[in-house]
Amino acid sequence: MTSAMTTILVFVEESNGTPRRASLECLSAARATGMTVAAIVAGPGSEKAAAHVGKYGATKVVALVGAARWSSDAVARDVAAVARELSATAFLAAATATGKDIAPRVAALLDSTLLSDCTGVTADSGALVATRPWLAGKAIAKVRSTAPVFCATTRPNVFPATEAAGTAEIVTRNASSDGQAVVTSVAEKVGGKLDVKEASIVVSGGRGLRGPENFHLIEALAAAFGSAATGASRAVVDAGWRPHGEQVGQTGKTVSPSLYVAVGISGAIQHLAGMRTSKIIVAINKDADAPIFKIADYGLVGDAFEVLPVLTKAIEAAKKH
Amino acid sequence: MKIVACIKRVPTTEAQAKVGADAKSLDSTGWQYMASFYDEIAVEAAIQAKEKHGGDITVLTIGPSEAAKEVREFLARGADTGVILKDADPGSRDPRWTAKALAAKIGSLGPDIVFTGRVATDRDNAAVGPMLATYLGWACVTEVVALELADGRGTAKRETEYGVETVEFALPAVITCNKGLNEPRRASLKGIMAVKTKTIAEEAPHDSLAQAVIVAVELPPARKAGRIVGEGVAGVAALVDALKNEAKIL
Repeated sequence: MTSAMTTILVFVEESNGTPRRASLECLSAARATGMTVAAIVAGPGSEKAAAHVGKYGATKVVALVGAARWSSDAVARDVAAVARELSATAFLAAATATGKDIAPRVAALLDSTLLSDCTGVTADSGALVATRPWLAGKAIAKVRSTAPVFCATTRPNVFPATEAAGTAEIVTRNASSDGQAVVTSVAEKVGGKLDVKEASIVVSGGRGLRGPENFHLIEALAAAFGSAATGASRAVVDAGWRPHGEQVGQTGKTVSPSLYVAVGISGAIQHLAGMRTSKIIVAINKDADAPIFKIADYGLVGDAFEVLPVLTKAIEAAKKH
Repeated sequence: MKIVACIKRVPTTEAQAKVGADAKSLDSTGWQYMASFYDEIAVEAAIQAKEKHGGDITVLTIGPSEAAKEVREFLARGADTGVILKDADPGSRDPRWTAKALAAKIGSLGPDIVFTGRVATDRDNAAVGPMLATYLGWACVTEVVALELADGRGTAKRETEYGVETVEFALPAVITCNKGLNEPRRASLKGIMAVKTKTIAEEAPHDSLAQAVIVAVELPPARKAGRIVGEGVAGVAALVDALKNEAKIL
């Protein structure tokens, strides 16, 4: 089933004509199965983005063109139609806000179940097996699918995005225009602030920061690292100190950055579940017995107000060399 | 306005994971249960829609009879009817199975709008809402943080990694609710007393063949033991050195 003769279709998101990184990771995950990779790109810059997609192992790229406005249900119908035309036996999308909106609809249209937010997709004796976290990562399940099409989404920041030799045949396809739910406007994040799910470095603050007025210390450290996002514990989000979108944990976002810095976060089980798959974890906390130190690679016992300004300067200096 | 709120009974977020004897499930010994966190927001959205537009709310769940506890709590808060699609084996279901069972029941109820949480905090699929809408042929907006309904239409806002989208749609529709949409209320004492003896209907769910086959369940690999690099400001240099020379992050 997973031979090079069978096709795996990947849904690719774009931003201003560039494929989004999470989609490139998803393409790499698809290529690693050994199947023939096809891609479908949706969005206003789909044609331009399609030209980049061949560099990531797709041999055929379909660009959906001519949609006046975004409609996830219309895009899903087009994606499912292409999956049927290519006789795809597998379908992947990144588990981003858009991918999670599209993939379940595509799966339903193909009368196939969906395996969400996978941290692994491997070919094993002729069948695909997905690895996916349960209970926000407290347990890991390996799951096969008997569906007509193996449908899954891949967690951002887990799979490497690697280029491959080869070029793709690019075709355009007129997008369906009969959306039931239509995006009429998008308020872009100011200053292109990174989301915790996509950032390769996340600096999170907790109750140890004592008040919302002190989160400039977290933001300054994130800025010193460069492309870092700011995160927060549930306690400070519930207290209204930080926006909901920054919450890391079981009832927030589950993240896997290269570096996760937890400042003034004690490490409740719900928070640990949401960030324990980070590659490197740094904990800064006044309480040497805080549970966060048990899963941290590097712990610094100290007061955030004393440590953060010095650490921020030291990171800035280290980045210069 | 006819409203349905779909909820799921899940282990509390304090629940510890322990692999079951078959190595394909989790041992639920000692677990406490609750309605999934985001389903609380879904029910609150349903109650607010009823307060504004009138109508009635059916709280619908798939699960064991014990889910009556969670359903009753939502009746006490302001929902009108509770239905449990009784499933003795929820652990073996997949999102398609669940969406099909819900679609069969919701199709017969004929609501104007269905609210559910953006994700259930046990299997973390975040798939049932949009799959359900697709099987019903209805509009769907996921991860909603703001909602206005008027004259058979709706406007919703949803947060993405790069900004906030405004989405317009016609009813009937399925809305999956995200944190930020509202603050769920508590049940009043009067509400709790009023629903104490209310019967919650149990029905057999529409059954189909589950497609997801669990091969194995494991605990996540233990993290390599870390170390305390130092204390206070004096430890900063050691931390930066470790990030630069060991972790090679900088």
